[in-house]
Amino acid sequence: MPVVVAKQLEKTYMAGDIAVKAIQKVSFTIEPSSFVAFVGPSGSGKSTLLNMIGCLDPPTAGTLEVIGQDISSLNRAQAARFRGEHIGFVFQDFNLIPVLTVFENIEYPLQMVQNWPKEKRTIRVQEMLKAVGMADQGHKFPSQISGGQKQRVAVARALVTSASLVLADEPTANLDHKTANHIIALMKEMRDEFGTSFIFSTHDPKVVNNAETIFTLEDGQLLQEDSGGNHV
Amino acid sequence: MFNIFKLALRNLRRYMRRTLLTSSLITLGVVAVLLFISVAGSFKSMMIGQITDSMLGHLQIHRKGYLAAVDSLPLDRNLKGKQLQLIKEALDQDENVEAYSMRIKLGAMFSNYTETTNIRVNAVNPEQEMKTVPMLADRIIKGNKEGLLEKGEILVPELIAKGLKVKLNDTIVLVATNKDGSVNGQPFVIRGVLEGISGPGGRDGVIHIEDARSLLRTEGKEVSEIAIRLKDIKTMDGVFAGLQQKLGSLKNKMDKPIFEVHTWKKLSPFFNIARMIDLMTLFIKIMLVAIVLVSIMNVMIMAVYERINEIGTIAAIGTVPGKILSLFVMEGFLLGCLGTLIGVVISLVTIAVLNASQISFDFGRQKGLLLSPTIGVTEVVTISAIVIAIAVLASLQPAWKAARMDPITALRHV
Repeated sequence: MPVVVAKQLEKTYMAGDIAVKAIQKVSFTIEPSSFVAFVGPSGSGKSTLLNMIGCLDPPTAGTLEVIGQDISSLNRAQAARFRGEHIGFVFQDFNLIPVLTVFENIEYPLQMVQNWPKEKRTIRVQEMLKAVGMADQGHKFPSQISGGQKQRVAVARALVTSASLVLADEPTANLDHKTANHIIALMKEMRDEFGTSFIFSTHDPKVVNNAETIFTLEDGQLLQEDSGGNHV
Repeated sequence: MFNIFKLALRNLRRYMRRTLLTSSLITLGVVAVLLFISVAGSFKSMMIGQITDSMLGHLQIHRKGYLAAVDSLPLDRNLKGKQLQLIKEALDQDENVEAYSMRIKLGAMFSNYTETTNIRVNAVNPEQEMKTVPMLADRIIKGNKEGLLEKGEILVPELIAKGLKVKLNDTIVLVATNKDGSVNGQPFVIRGVLEGISGPGGRDGVIHIEDARSLLRTEGKEVSEIAIRLKDIKTMDGVFAGLQQKLGSLKNKMDKPIFEVHTWKKLSPFFNIARMIDLMTLFIKIMLVAIVLVSIMNVMIMAVYERINEIGTIAAIGTVPGKILSLFVMEGFLLGCLGTLIGVVISLVTIAVLNASQISFDFGRQKGLLLSPTIGVTEVVTISAIVIAIAVLASLQPAWKAARMDPITALRHV
């Protein structure tokens, strides 16, 4: 079953009295274990599309199925539960919770969203810490670790629930060249290990070159779909 | 719930200075209210005790219409014979009644053989009276307090003793008119001088009830009023209702009520002062509620505003709106608990210190009254519950705003 199926997808915003078409009749399919990048200039609709796939924003028209679920039929709380069960997020600014330690940040979705028992949680979080190379940093607070380490924690948090899909909005934008490469490599490693699909919105050629499928957007329309990592 | 509690606690620790400031405001309010309640309550209980234990008793029973004409101390509205029997039976059956005293109240002329003045006299059975108003003996500022008085003796109010320059063991004459209009005089030896206190009967002289009967030449045993002392003043309303039902329903041949029963509240103007104290306490409580409401709302609105991006993050990763709401409500709840806890501790310590300091004060003619503030568990629990409930209520609006926040807008917030 495809992870994402979009058909004639549209999103229109009202900017005052003016209707702005952010996404126009976009159709695509994303298969499981994909490494997909949405590219395009600012305002092309990348983030809007990612928000819709992430059940954060309902489409205005068309259909969007994520892991077999028509997301336009979900209300606010159902959408939150669906995200908690199936989708992980990695943000440009890492968005870790500052009052929680690295361990607790990764634990958060299991504890506050999925209500796992403590023992099971601890084992799972330790696995994830090890997987992202942060096994000895669990006790630290986000303010005590570097940007690259924060993004590793964010990746671990996105994957800890065994999400089928991880959405990453400009995940390397705030990282230096070397760290960005490490993060991309890490995400690919995670995809290989857990079979999770990764969808990026990005400007970063490093991400684009590593993507297996690239969707190019412009003015809300899908211009082309490329396979392979040779897109510049 | 424990996870929400832990997260809320950490968020409060993150903004430690603000948490302390808000808690201090709540603490200040709680301390102000609890101290006011304890000190005002102490003053109120002391004044009520003075009035009921040295003068009025907790309840009084009269013949219907007596109280309306009490200024002229009418002798034709006394309780007698069968009426007294009915009242005695009712009082003897009530286990809440500790004692009762039968009194004749009369107006008379007081003469020291050179000068004459008018006096209001309370004629009592000393034994009954001392059981009913045990602090009466304490009002004797000159003379022997033991046994209150004997037949042929009088306790003279302080003002008359000074005005007519009479001393202990002097002989004076009381001249009174009975209900038939005949005038009679009788000599009395001054046994003591009574301190005057505010309120009805506070400046009356006291004689033996048998002397009053011979002075007024009454046939049979009749009395003007029956003062009642209860084992516990808290049972007063219940006893009052019971007596009202039992005695108030009795009618005479003209189908009119025979008796009237009153509590001290109806008999003393101090009740209005007591009500004013209660009203002031209510206003102080309202101020406390306002302080808590404004400070918690302010801090929670700030907390939501400062953590918009964080709210967006937790919403995006799947936290349902109800949990986000609970998180902020829990922060308000914890702030309320913290402020209340500190406030209660400070208040109880202050009350203990005030009691240990033995602070005395004067009220009217009464000197050296000892301030002994006390506060009941019920009051502490009630105030704490109000403060915590208001803290939760005040955090609801900001919490609701956080829970309803659009995750995309929140995530874009810088």
